[in-house]
Amino acid sequence: MDIVVCIKRVPATDTAIKIAADGKSIDTAGVQFELNAYDEFALEQALRIKEQLGAGSVTVVTIGSKEAQKELRDALARGADKAVLLTTEQWIHDGASTAAALATWIKSVPCQLVLCGRQAVDSDNNQLPSNLAARLGFGCVTEVAKLALENGVFTAERDIEGAREVVSCKTPAVISCHKGLNQPRYANLKGIMAAKKKPFEEKAAQLGAPAMQIVSLTLPAARAAGRIIGQGAEAVPALIAALRNEAKVL
Amino acid sequence: MSNIVVIAEVRAGQLKRPSLEAITAALQLASATSGRVTAIACGSGLDAACAELGKGGAHRVIAIDGAAFANFSGDAWAKAITAQVKGLSAAAVLMAHTAMGKDLLPRVSALLDCGIVTDAIAVSWKDGAFTAQKPVFAGKATLTVRAAKAPFCATLRPNTYAPASGGSGAEITKVTPEAGEFLAVVREVVAAGAGKTPLQEAKVVVSGGRGLKEPANFKLVEDLAAAFGPGVAAVGASRAVVDAGWRPHSEQVGQTGKVVSPPLYIAIGISGAIQHLAGMRTARTIVAINKDADAPIFKIADYGIVGDVFEIVPALTKAIAEVVKHK
Repeated sequence: MDIVVCIKRVPATDTAIKIAADGKSIDTAGVQFELNAYDEFALEQALRIKEQLGAGSVTVVTIGSKEAQKELRDALARGADKAVLLTTEQWIHDGASTAAALATWIKSVPCQLVLCGRQAVDSDNNQLPSNLAARLGFGCVTEVAKLALENGVFTAERDIEGAREVVSCKTPAVISCHKGLNQPRYANLKGIMAAKKKPFEEKAAQLGAPAMQIVSLTLPAARAAGRIIGQGAEAVPALIAALRNEAKVL
Repeated sequence: MSNIVVIAEVRAGQLKRPSLEAITAALQLASATSGRVTAIACGSGLDAACAELGKGGAHRVIAIDGAAFANFSGDAWAKAITAQVKGLSAAAVLMAHTAMGKDLLPRVSALLDCGIVTDAIAVSWKDGAFTAQKPVFAGKATLTVRAAKAPFCATLRPNTYAPASGGSGAEITKVTPEAGEFLAVVREVVAAGAGKTPLQEAKVVVSGGRGLKEPANFKLVEDLAAAFGPGVAAVGASRAVVDAGWRPHSEQVGQTGKVVSPPLYIAIGISGAIQHLAGMRTARTIVAINKDADAPIFKIADYGIVGDVFEIVPALTKAIAEVVKHK
């Protein structure tokens, strides 16, 4: 099975967000970037499926700036066979043009399975996997917490509001991965050395006409300052009084 | 005139409340331009849900109703919905940002070849263009976008708009779904543990962190949540304790977990990493209990108690139980 894993380079989750001078993007000065946390589960699942089948290939792809080479190299070091960087300098927020550009590229390579993280933790869109699936004509299961492959059919489990769904999905498929699906491996020295010899391709992303424009990026209003009610268990009655009389939540 | 379409979510014959919230947003958008609101529902046995959509204020309801659609299939449903939307000259297509909405609407948007914004907290017209606001970076910033062309799709964050009411009934059209081929289809829906309040729907969230020292001590958190009475409070957890394997990921509050905004949030033994704050900063009232007076959680808490959680939390549980008993 030829597997494509879509990844994204995002600001680390402990980043304090500052708005850039254009009022439409973040100030990246001093910001640490990392592989989107959910994409780690997607990559790990791809490697496990290849191991299970004993054949096939794992290609990692991203749309982004040249800096994303670092995250792609890391994926190669963990065991992916090939990396593709579809380059653009703009902050990718427009889900429709992202899906269109990825679909255009995926159609040009052998692929029976696309794995993605459930969402990127910068734009928090959670729309790419099923958007992409529709453009490819693939089946799709999103936010998967458990996955099994038997005779070319996936059985996927996903949490919905107050319940868990069990879904059957044919191949070819797009599966988006949630935390808890697996325990991702890290690169070892051997993997890092091997990654240097693996194929690495760069070409311009075909994003097409944008479906939306960014008007502004702003910080939410700060919370009003709170207060320390007191120390230890003696402060509990004062807390109860504040919750009843001031906050009126009891 | 701008017609708005709402894709309604019906599970086991029940219209989900966030779909009525989407009707409210749709009515606001439509009334600004004298447009009509059409709701489209998929499934099997939709009569009651259709009536409810009409009572909510939808002008028209299209029910794609039949045994072939008894179980959710993102690909089959998206195809059937898109065929209907194409005849409605819609300016916008809305759906709630639920597990089903996140799966279905992006597919519909691709088939319509239009743009999409997800998890929106406000939608409106600005100079004739569809405009939406949505939280990004787990709520650390708010992004405002405008559509470059129509139609445009948007999923709406639940609990943002009030559910619609006060409609006078809709014109209902029934369509029988074709028994086509499903690429992906739901085989089984397993209900979560009985009596457990979903984290994102709870009125009170009580979360624990590393300050509890070991997994067994989460009983303190569970007892406090239980003291609020049945169905009121849910238990949450910090990323640190989820990664340590103390608690399941389904309980994680924060940037790689759930974003919650309950009326009351109680953080126990949680220092307040940015990652965590992103998941609960929009709670109406925040209480923090921590032994470290300099912990960042106190910077955003409305009320804080400094001290030993093993002493304070049982006392608080007792006090809450008293309040609940006399209510």
